[in-house]
Amino acid sequence: MKKLSVKTVVAIGIGAALFFVLGKISIPTPVPNTYISLQYAIEAVFATLFGPVAGLLIGLIGHTLVDATSYGPWWSWIIASACVGLIIGLITMKLDINEGINTKKIVTFNVAQIIAHLLAWGLIAPVLDIVIYSEPLEKLFAQGLMAGVANIITTGVVGTLLLIAYAETVVKRGSLKKED
Amino acid sequence: MARIAILSYIKRDSLVHELTGRTKLVFFLAWSVASMVTYDTRVLVCMLLFSIAIFKISRIRVKDISVVLGLAAVFLLMNNLFVYLFSPEYGVGLYQSRTVLFTIAGPYTVTLQQLFYHLNMTMKVVCVVPIALLFIACTDPSEFASSLASIGVSYRIGYSVSLALRYIPDVQREYHNISQAQQARGIDLSGKDKLFTRMKNSVAILLPLVLSSLNRIETVSNAMELRGFGRNKKRTWYNLRRMQRNDWIVTFLAAAILAVDLLVTFWDGSRYYNPFL
Amino acid sequence: MATPIISFQDYGFQYMAQSAPTLHHINLDIYPGEKVLIAGTSGSGKSTIGSCINGLIPFAYPGRKTGRLLVGGKEPDKSSIFELSHTVGTVLQDTDGQFIGLTVGEDIAFAPENNCVPQDEMKELVERVAKLVDIDHHLEYAPHELSGGQKQRVSLAGVMVEDVKALLFDEPLANLDPAAGRTTIELIDMVHERTGAAVIIIEHRLEDVLWRSMDRIVLMDEGQIIADMPVAKLLAGRALIEHGIREPLYLTALRYAGVEIDEEMHPEHVEKLRLTEEHRAKVRGWYQSQKSHVGHGQAGEELLRVERLEFGYTPERRTLQDVSFTIRKGEMVSIVGRNGAGKSTLAKLICGFEQPLAGSICMGGRNLGGGDTIKERAASIGYVMQNPNQMISKPMIWDEVEMALVQSGMPREERQTRVEETLRVCGLYPFRHWPVSALSFGQKKRVTIASILVQRPRLIILDEPTAGQDYRHYTEIMDFLKELNGQGYTILMITHDMHLMLEYTPRAIVFSEGRLLADTTAARVLNDPDLVRAANLKETSLYTLSMACGIDEPQTFTECFIGYEQREGR
Repeated sequence: MKKLSVKTVVAIGIGAALFFVLGKISIPTPVPNTYISLQYAIEAVFATLFGPVAGLLIGLIGHTLVDATSYGPWWSWIIASACVGLIIGLITMKLDINEGINTKKIVTFNVAQIIAHLLAWGLIAPVLDIVIYSEPLEKLFAQGLMAGVANIITTGVVGTLLLIAYAETVVKRGSLKKED
Repeated sequence: MARIAILSYIKRDSLVHELTGRTKLVFFLAWSVASMVTYDTRVLVCMLLFSIAIFKISRIRVKDISVVLGLAAVFLLMNNLFVYLFSPEYGVGLYQSRTVLFTIAGPYTVTLQQLFYHLNMTMKVVCVVPIALLFIACTDPSEFASSLASIGVSYRIGYSVSLALRYIPDVQREYHNISQAQQARGIDLSGKDKLFTRMKNSVAILLPLVLSSLNRIETVSNAMELRGFGRNKKRTWYNLRRMQRNDWIVTFLAAAILAVDLLVTFWDGSRYYNPFL
Repeated sequence: MATPIISFQDYGFQYMAQSAPTLHHINLDIYPGEKVLIAGTSGSGKSTIGSCINGLIPFAYPGRKTGRLLVGGKEPDKSSIFELSHTVGTVLQDTDGQFIGLTVGEDIAFAPENNCVPQDEMKELVERVAKLVDIDHHLEYAPHELSGGQKQRVSLAGVMVEDVKALLFDEPLANLDPAAGRTTIELIDMVHERTGAAVIIIEHRLEDVLWRSMDRIVLMDEGQIIADMPVAKLLAGRALIEHGIREPLYLTALRYAGVEIDEEMHPEHVEKLRLTEEHRAKVRGWYQSQKSHVGHGQAGEELLRVERLEFGYTPERRTLQDVSFTIRKGEMVSIVGRNGAGKSTLAKLICGFEQPLAGSICMGGRNLGGGDTIKERAASIGYVMQNPNQMISKPMIWDEVEMALVQSGMPREERQTRVEETLRVCGLYPFRHWPVSALSFGQKKRVTIASILVQRPRLIILDEPTAGQDYRHYTEIMDFLKELNGQGYTILMITHDMHLMLEYTPRAIVFSEGRLLADTTAARVLNDPDLVRAANLKETSLYTLSMACGIDEPQTFTECFIGYEQREGR
C-alpha cells in the first residue's frame, strides 16, 4: 500500500471525529425509532474529497468509537460502514471536486453512494450477521433494506447539497461585477 | 454545554488499569473474535461469568457506566423483539425439534427452542459488553495509537485514531455553537418539520462545520509536517509502556481462551450446542 | 560579521493558484540570536515570509520563486520540510491546531517521537523543556483543560524541544486576553535569553509586542519591505500609520499634543520614554485645552435588564454568580474579562441558548424567562459569532441574508424589500449576487451581521467582532458598528481588545470568575490598576504617559484622547 500522506492521516482523524459526533446526535424522523444518520453524508463527502482509504478508515474508526462508547462494538455493521466509505471513494476517485462541480459529477457521486449503501446494508452487513450472529434472514434483510434506503436518502440529499456548496465555496470565480 | 453522555476513560488503580494498552487491545480483539465464533451455550456461560469477574477486578462501578448499560439493554431488547417478530420459528429450525410452551396469536407461538436461541444470541452480545466497556474505561486514550502500532498497524493509521480522540471535544463544541447560532435564525432539527425540510436544514449546520473542519485539517497537517511527522518509517512513543509479567500472562490467556473456544465449539462439527437432541 | 541564519536575496514568490506574485524583491538577513518583528497588514505578505522560512513554501504551498533564499545555509527547495524543522521552529497562530497530542506531555514529545528518540531520553527532554516554559506541572492535562496562555506555552515547548536555531511566531497574540498576551511576550523574551535562538515575531499588534525590546522591525506592505530598521527609528517616522499599522497609543497622544518624536526619546517603550520639560508642558497644555470637550451622552430608556443571574453547567461549579446590570436603548457597551470569566456564557443566557439556574432577564420590561424559545428571542436579540465562517451556511450572499426570513415563513415580496434594505445598510448591496467565498474576512463579517440585522433585533450581541484583524479591517468593522449604533441599534460586545473598548464603547462591564466586577466607563476601567489586575486586563499606556507628564487625572486624560481622536484623528 502506498504511504498515506500527512493530510490524509489528519483527514481520517478529523473525519472520524465528525462521524462520531454526528453518530451520537440523533435527529428523529417521523418514523418512530428511526433517525437521520448524518454521519454517512459526511463520510461520503470526505471519501469523495480524500479517497477510498480515507473513506474506509473514517467509517471504521468512527463507527467503532460510536459503538464502543455506547453498547459494545457490533462488528458486522462497523465493517459495512467502512465499506460505504471505501466504495464511494473508489468510484469517485477521478472526480476532482476542487475543479468545480457539474451534473455529471453529481450523478456519479449519487450512483456511487447508492451502490455503496446497497452493497453495504443489503449484502455485507446481513451476510456478516448471518455468519457471526446467526440471525434470521428475513429480519436481517428487512433491517438492512430499511437502513440502506434511509442512508441513501440522507446521503443523497445532505451529501449532495454539501458537495455542491463546498464546490461553490472553493472555486475561484473570474468575472464578478458590482451592481447598483 | 450540554455534553453528550458518552463513555470515557475512568482513572482508577486496578490490575486491569495496570495492564498496557497493547495487552488490553489484544485481549479485547481475541475476546470479540471468540464471542463471534461460538454459539456454544457452555462456552458462552463461561465467558459471561469470566467477563463479570474481570469487571469486578477493574474496580469500575456499575454506577459509572449505568447510562451505557441502559443503552445496551434497550438495543438488545429491540433486537430480540425484531428477530421474534420476523422469525418466531427460527430456533425450531436451528435445533431441529419443537417444544411448544404456549401460543400468543396466529403464527406467534413460543417454543422452548426459540427461547433457547434468544438466550444464546443475547449471551453472545452480553459477554462482550463488559469487556468492551472496560477496554474503553480502563485504557488511557493516549495509549491507543502506540498500542495499535505495537500490534503491527501502520503508525499513520494509529495516529489517525489518536487525532480523532483529540479533536472529538473540539468538533462537539463547534457543532454545539453552530447549531445554537443557527437556531436563532430559525434552523431547528428537533422541530416538527417535514423530513426533507429537516435534512435541508441540517445542511445549514453541517456546511459551516465541514468547511471549518477542512480548515482544521489544513492547519493540523501543516503543524504535523513542521514537526516532522512521517519523516521516518517508524516512530517512538512517549506513552508506550513496557510489557510486564502480568501483560504476558494476560496475552497468553487471551490466546488460550480463543483456542479453547474454537476447540469446544467445533469439536462435534457444529457451532451450536444442542441440548434437544 | 556572522553569517545570517536566514537570508532572502532579491527573493520573489508567486502561489500556484494566484495570478500575481505575493512577494517582490525581498532582501532580508536575520542573524543568529536576533529578535526581529515583522509587521504589516493582512495581505501584506508577512505570513508568506513566515511560510518561506519554515518550508511550508514550497512543500505545502507550491509556487514559483525568483531570487534566492537560504535557511541555515541551505536552499529550502533543495532540502526538506523535516530538515528545515531542525533549524526553524514554528509556533502557529491557531494553538488548537498546533496542539496535536492528547496531553501536554505527548504534545511536547511529538517531534522527538517522529525523530525516533528513545523513550527514556524523550521523557527527560520533555521534563526539561516543560520546566523551562513553566508547564511541567500540567504534563497530564488535556488541551481543553488549559487556558489560551498555557496552550501557547505548550506550543512553544513543542518546538523548542528540537533545539532550533530560530523561533518563528505567527501572530502569537491573536487569541489571548491582554494579560496573557503580555505574559507570552515575556516568555518569548525569556526563552530568547536562555537559548540564544533567533526570534522572529509576525504581528500587527505593535504596542503589545514591544512590551519587551526587539532588535529590529521589518515593515511590509503589498509584498515588499517598506522599512527594515531599529524600532525607535521606525516609530519616530510616520511609515507605520501610512502602511496601516497602528502605532503605540502614547505616541499618538504625543503627536496630538504637538510633540515631535525622535529616536533619542526612546519611543519604543512607554516606561523608557525620555520626555523633556518642554514635552511635558505641551502635553499638559493640550490636556487643558481638551478637557472641556469631555461630555457624557444621554442614555435612553431601559432595554435589557439582567437581575441576580446565576448559572453553572454543573450545580457545584457556577460560571456566573449574582450578575445584575441594565442596558439602555442606543448604548454601545463592552463586556471584558479574562478567558473563561463567563462573558460568552452571559451572551448565551441572554440569547436563550442556555437556561439560568436563578435570576431573570427582561427585555423592554418583559421577562424572557417565561418560556420564550431561542427562535422567539431572536426576533429581538441578535447574536453574531466570533468567526463568520462558523455562521455562514449558504454559498450566496443573498441567500445567507435571507435565510432567517425564509425560515420564519415571510412572503416573498416582503422578504425582497427587507433583504435589499438590510444589504444597503451594510454596504453589501452591490455584491448581492456574489458568492460569499469571494469576500474578504471583514466583508464576511458584514454578511453575518446583515443576516442577523435582517430580523430587526433591538439588541445585537457580538462575540469578539475584530479578533485577528489588522488595523485597517478593525477600523472598517468598528466604524460600521458605530454607524449602526448611530441608527439606533443597541450593541453589546464581548472583547479582549482594550483599544476597541476604549475607543468605541463609552461603557464597559468587567467580569472576573463569573462575577460582575465593575460597570463603569471604559476609561475608568483601564486607569484603575486594581481592576486591571483582577480582570486580567492591561492598563493603557496613556495612563503611564499622563503620570509621566504630571497629569493626575489619567482617566480624564484618556477620555480627552479618545474624544480628540474621534473628532479630528485618523
